[in-house]
Amino acid sequence: MTITLNNRDTKIPERNQMTVKQLLDHMRYVFPNIVVKVNGMLVRKGQYEDVVVRDGDKVEAIHMISGG
Amino acid sequence: MSRPLGFLRFCSVGIAGAGGLGSNCAVALARSGVGRLVIADFDRVSRGNLNRQAFFCDQVGMKKVDALKENLRRMAPDTEVTALDVRLTAESVLSVFSTCPVVVEALDSAEAKQMIVEVFLEERPQTWIVAASGLAGYGRNQTLHTRRSGRLIICGDESSEVSPDLPPLAPRVGIVAHMQANVVLELLLDEPALADQCVESRK
Repeated sequence: MTITLNNRDTKIPERNQMTVKQLLDHMRYVFPNIVVKVNGMLVRKGQYEDVVVRDGDKVEAIHMISGG
Repeated sequence: MSRPLGFLRFCSVGIAGAGGLGSNCAVALARSGVGRLVIADFDRVSRGNLNRQAFFCDQVGMKKVDALKENLRRMAPDTEVTALDVRLTAESVLSVFSTCPVVVEALDSAEAKQMIVEVFLEERPQTWIVAASGLAGYGRNQTLHTRRSGRLIICGDESSEVSPDLPPLAPRVGIVAHMQANVVLELLLDEPALADQCVESRK
């Protein structure tokens, strides 16, 4: 499938859909503080295994980095 | 520009945190003529803050919100400052900034940043959140950027984490704080949906 991930077209071979958790694992996004939106809707950490990402979806994984 | 600069005096902006980002962002917004700032922080000024935060040596030990209010009064007396000595939590943050259509996320820890962003996205999606992510170290001007995701706007490089080898320093923290202030002005002056929200919140 091809999704838009952080405003970039991203191909994920041999998958038609995957959970948010599988997507983050696939991308090796291991950082603990990521704000995730799928098609504009917030996905909380507790929902990562329930929310499914499909071909054509727009996903944002915004890393909240410390410092201020 | 769709609204005149004078519109800013009718606007309220929330600032979550009065450290390197919050103090410098507040200075820029007050100097620009924003009418009211609601600033929340629980911390006191320490010697180590003076490398990047808008405080003075003789303010070490003061509550940051009190010191910042005093400094803003001396720079921009027309800006009304509501200084709140509180620790922001998922429970308190919505009521602290209930009168602010735009809130600047200027907190330090990644956990607190994520908390405030998610609370607003979920529970008050009409609020505009201007957050910062990735500002440690020096140089690399070209990596700093602004990214918009609905009513969430992120400023920073989205990668440089603070560490003993990569501390937050005045130039990069100041640039990102001013990027946040610059986004706030753009929202207040150009964003169509914000005209009514600003006037409503000042009633």
